[in-house]
Amino acid sequence: MSERTAATTDPDEPEAADDSTETPTEVTTGSTSVVRALENAGVETAFGVQGGAIMPIYDALYHSDIRHVTMAHEQGAAHAADAYGVVRGDPGVCLATSGPGATNLVTGIADANMDSDAVLALTGQVPSDMVGSDAFQETDTTGVTAPITKHNYFASSPDTVGDTVGEAFALAAEGRPGPTLVDLPKDVSLNETDREPGPAQPPETCRARTDPADSQVEAAARAIERAEKPLLLFGGGVVKADATEVARQFATEHRIPVVTTMPGIGAMPEDDELCLSWAGMHGTGYANMAITHTDCLIAVGTRFDDRLTGGIDTFAPEAEVVHIDIDPAEISKNVHADYPVVGDAGRAIERVDAELDEGPDAREWVEQCLTWKDEYPMDYAAPDNEPLKPQFVVEALDEATPDETIVTSGVGQHQMWAAQYWTFTEPRRWVSSHGLGTMGYGLPAAIGARVAADDDETVVCVDGDASFLMTIQELSVAVRENLDITVAILNNEYIGMVRQWQDAFFEGRRMAAGYEWCPQFDKLAEAFGARGWTVDSYEEVPDAIEEALAYDGPSVIDFHVDPAENVYPMVSSGGANGKFALSEDQL
Amino acid sequence: MSDNRTGLQGPAPDERPHPDGRRNAQGIRIDPEAESEHEPRRAVFSAIVEDEPGVLSRVAGLAARRQFNIESLTVGPTTVEDHSRITMVVEEPEPGIDQIEKQLAKLKPVISVGELDDDAVRAELVLLKVRGEDPDKVHAITEMYDGRTLDAGPETITVQLSGDERKIDDAVDAFRRFGIIEIARTGQTALAHGSKKTVPGEEPGTSGEPTKPNTNTQ
Ligand SMILES: Cc1ncc(C[n+]2csc(CCOP(=O)(O)OP(=O)(O)O)c2C)c(N)n1
Ligand SMILES: [Mg+2]
Repeated sequence: MSERTAATTDPDEPEAADDSTETPTEVTTGSTSVVRALENAGVETAFGVQGGAIMPIYDALYHSDIRHVTMAHEQGAAHAADAYGVVRGDPGVCLATSGPGATNLVTGIADANMDSDAVLALTGQVPSDMVGSDAFQETDTTGVTAPITKHNYFASSPDTVGDTVGEAFALAAEGRPGPTLVDLPKDVSLNETDREPGPAQPPETCRARTDPADSQVEAAARAIERAEKPLLLFGGGVVKADATEVARQFATEHRIPVVTTMPGIGAMPEDDELCLSWAGMHGTGYANMAITHTDCLIAVGTRFDDRLTGGIDTFAPEAEVVHIDIDPAEISKNVHADYPVVGDAGRAIERVDAELDEGPDAREWVEQCLTWKDEYPMDYAAPDNEPLKPQFVVEALDEATPDETIVTSGVGQHQMWAAQYWTFTEPRRWVSSHGLGTMGYGLPAAIGARVAADDDETVVCVDGDASFLMTIQELSVAVRENLDITVAILNNEYIGMVRQWQDAFFEGRRMAAGYEWCPQFDKLAEAFGARGWTVDSYEEVPDAIEEALAYDGPSVIDFHVDPAENVYPMVSSGGANGKFALSEDQL
Repeated sequence: MSDNRTGLQGPAPDERPHPDGRRNAQGIRIDPEAESEHEPRRAVFSAIVEDEPGVLSRVAGLAARRQFNIESLTVGPTTVEDHSRITMVVEEPEPGIDQIEKQLAKLKPVISVGELDDDAVRAELVLLKVRGEDPDKVHAITEMYDGRTLDAGPETITVQLSGDERKIDDAVDAFRRFGIIEIARTGQTALAHGSKKTVPGEEPGTSGEPTKPNTNTQ
């Protein structure tokens, strides 16, 4: 094990003196109106990168109390804002200039869109009279981002731009959350106005129904009462709606087993007897057995993504589906809802609970689920003659960190191991890229999460070697801001998930999958001014983790793990959840 | 590090019980007693939208990226300033039609949207340019379909026809004998029958009140 120390930053150095004032920004121009709107909306932090067309906004931020975190790349700004929002529960804000700044945000916006994360993106644009002329750094940003935002706006006047920004912020959080964007032509930002923006309100045409219809509640309650094998499915919507308490209480009171989706991880404590953890492609065997055999699936805040359902033909094939969601368009989109309940997750569960004459009698079914837990335990083999197992590293990190640690991840095998072998007991602690599956999400997300979290909370990024390499430049930000983050790279010198599929489905032709050319991450961390460790064996694991966690600043542990390890259980794409394979030969 | 870890255990896929039930491609449980696949059908949607730049491209983009099968899409002003009406004809199986309506409703500029009943009044306009060799016969067919001649010369005659889709299809067929050189069709517009309201949002003084369907109609 090699240990290296920070080259530049002294973590004990006090932060720069806070010379900001308490007064809200005075509105004199479009850009000051934008910043005032952000202040009015309660925005405390924004992530971004400077550039020509957004300079007036930054100039207005110069005098504002809003903290701006300069990121190394705009994609990092979008992911950081996304994760900040996940942890805090209010929209994260990111900024970028026109053209390449805006297009660099795109991956992060698309990611937020797929995971229904509230993010407000502000982009600079060329002056209005040059729009359409292919001016320097002009991109049709609203055109590019229309398919990946809830709505986007092209600001047209300094008098209204503040209201527009307020509306966009409120819309990001309204109903089913998601990203919004305001494109800000430079003249709109620079021109004068003294009109103060009003309070941030979502547009009237986008108000979500929160209280479900009586008829829907009644029908759902009747279906639940007569169920013999009821199963709750908690999606990310339970977390986003802050419905965790209500949802847990409902499960516990009626003794209904719970599976979650990946974004729903933490909605139910994973160490609770009734919690079967997450279902789907790499979910637990017991969750997939339960979802296959339930006769009444009570799904809350989920969009029935194909990674959850596997093949639709065999998904919960005997179940009546009760689907609670705030977005009516999710009802019967992928899986037919026999009993739709449109409304806020917490409110809907409360209403259904109140409507139940008596809970379902599911004692036998609960026993069955517990038997499956015993029958298909999550476990990995770790023989002496094989290299360090990544699952062990995840368990060791979980053990060494406090209960409510925030875990971010990249995308690939390491992400699945983190989700499988970390025991999450609280919501907003698992921060990952689910729907879009964006490699490189982990580090900038850890930065956003760190900024959002309280000082006494721990933030760990479980990353892959290749994922880390995609946004590694953000380490400079963590060093500059002295952010206490521990990055644990499960380094298998492969894009391991791809290698696993090549072995299983492409007869082992490992085309473009080897990453043995990856840099020495401990040295690289050191070059950034962070601290680095390399770990090759089981014996070194505990000390490296302890030292990295103890270090007050960004640290990187490069765990050299078994390159041959695969993620199981696995439901093949389009396959039946109940036929999950426990090893490659069962695929 | 060889402790008592054994790796994943449990019955193999073939040794597990598997339920017999199935769902169809639309995610509906298959009732062995009933035919459950929905056949595509045609639906006409009317929507009142805020007349802001890019609204048509938002509607068209939504349809394209979600693979909705659009037959026609028209847009025009209404009696309310800043509100336009979009009429969209689609062909989809049942759950898809429901999905189109709900996705349209989610668009911020969409104030209201609804599917029209079968008795809705519908019309479209077509311009037909045909060879001018037989002006009398062209004239007769034009009269037969209550059309108008817009432009007539020795080489070409251009006529205008309007009516419901069926009538237009028949008329186009009838003109084929003259040799159709060019054709331009507007696509259908429609309004609800009689005093029934098509969709809310065209009353004077309305401004985007929330009239979208946000409860599911199975
Ligand atoms: C931006 C991006 N590019 C490509 C992919 C496809 N992909 C999915 S997982 C994966 C492997 C990731 O490798 P690594 O980060 O080392 O994780 P591992 O699977 O090895 O744990 C790749 C390339 C992706 N998800 N995201
Ligand atoms: Mg890897």
